Amino acid sequence: MSQIRELGYKDLPLGGKILDAGNSENYETGGWRTYVPVHDAEKCTNCLLCWIFCPDGAIFVKDGKWAGFDLKHCKGCGICAEQCPPKVKAITMVKEEK
Amino acid sequence: MAKTLGLTGNEAVAYAIMQINPDVMAAYPITPQTALVQKFADFLADGDVDTEMILVESEHSAMSATVGASAAGARAMTATAANGLALMWEIVYIAASNRLPIVMPVINRALSAPINILCDHSDTMGCRDTGWIQIYSENAQEAYENTIQAVRIAEHPDVLLPAMVTQDGFIISHGMEDVTILEKEQVQKFVGEYKPHYPLLDPEHPVSYGPIDFHDFYFEHKKPQVDAMENAKQVILDVGREFSKLSGREYGFFDAYRMEDAEIVAIMMSSTAGTTRPVVDELRRQGIKAGLLKLRVFRPFPAEEIVAALQGKKAVAILDRAISFGAQGGALFSEVCSALYNAGQRIPVINFLYGLGGRPAEIENIQEVYQKLQRIVQTGKVDNLINYLNLRE
Repeated sequence: MSQIRELGYKDLPLGGKILDAGNSENYETGGWRTYVPVHDAEKCTNCLLCWIFCPDGAIFVKDGKWAGFDLKHCKGCGICAEQCPPKVKAITMVKEEK
Repeated sequence: MAKTLGLTGNEAVAYAIMQINPDVMAAYPITPQTALVQKFADFLADGDVDTEMILVESEHSAMSATVGASAAGARAMTATAANGLALMWEIVYIAASNRLPIVMPVINRALSAPINILCDHSDTMGCRDTGWIQIYSENAQEAYENTIQAVRIAEHPDVLLPAMVTQDGFIISHGMEDVTILEKEQVQKFVGEYKPHYPLLDPEHPVSYGPIDFHDFYFEHKKPQVDAMENAKQVILDVGREFSKLSGREYGFFDAYRMEDAEIVAIMMSSTAGTTRPVVDELRRQGIKAGLLKLRVFRPFPAEEIVAALQGKKAVAILDRAISFGAQGGALFSEVCSALYNAGQRIPVINFLYGLGGRPAEIENIQEVYQKLQRIVQTGKVDNLINYLNLRE
């Protein structure tokens, strides 16, 4: 849990306004996940379709290559696995045990 | 200097809005509010205001446009009545929850069905829990002055809540009376320049309004609304005191008429108080210690102050001009009872539901209220807790 989740009612901006642009990074949505994406580096061709389609920007890329999932924000929607080309199938969704 | 004009309640509030000169006014016509917006449109056409007037296709849109304008940083207003307010419902909550200090005159009218365009308080009493401040006006003069004060109350940094200012449909909205109007400069000086709270149209400080909020934050965003309502009490008194220096009239939570040594008291809101005053005077001439407590502010509800005003009274009648179906009497009755109970006061109380759909509340009906109170004092018994005034059996 990040610190923002601990804020009490006296600390919050009035009316639920968001005053600092880009603070969604501090709001962890990973807890919503049922299925977690699992990546197979041997199959991955680094086409980065998963990165393009991820609605939460939860895929890290470094030097033009897949570099990991941001599990603090990944909601487990499975779009990355769906978009991974059928001949590659480098991402599988696995039920997450918590 | 102030001048006295013959004005209807609608026209008086249109004058107030003209003198406030809001940045944006979005409205849709509905009886009995139509004449208010029409008069304001006259002022606009005559160049008396530089307001951006948005003519919308429904009240849902009127409130939505007002919310958008207010969030953008404008001093924004609208006006409505009855079914129009009902159609706004969803956005009425959003205005309050986004902490937008919108001021909205509401001309009290019955809700359908059956269709009825005449006065009762079902419309605003129905949205008493939306997070809006509610100020009820007895006559056109009060409607004018409450509208001006509402701007300062709503926009106060400790409050930042929307406010509705009501008047009784037709009885006040279409009845002409002498109204003393301040100079526009006086009103402009009183309301002051609007300083919006984190407006959307401030590119140096980008903000988001209305993001999603679940079990983890929603509750924390509601409590400050409760606190703001509580803060509004002091602000209402302060603004009323400051305004009385302009108008010479006093504005608190309520008007206590011949209350000091009163033994039997009727509590009510809006124009019926004007009918009740001569009844109280007549009873006093007969040596009966009658009093009237005319409530001006229903939200925030001044519970402690009402309890203090009722201290030592022998019987109290509470008049509700709206029915809460399935409840224990009207909403005002429930609030007063709750306040008395929590203060450990066991004063005999009685509820009268009255005036629905424009049913007249005449002198003789009000006399009946005080007669029942006298009987309660004599017998020490409340036979019938909830009564219907001027209803045919």
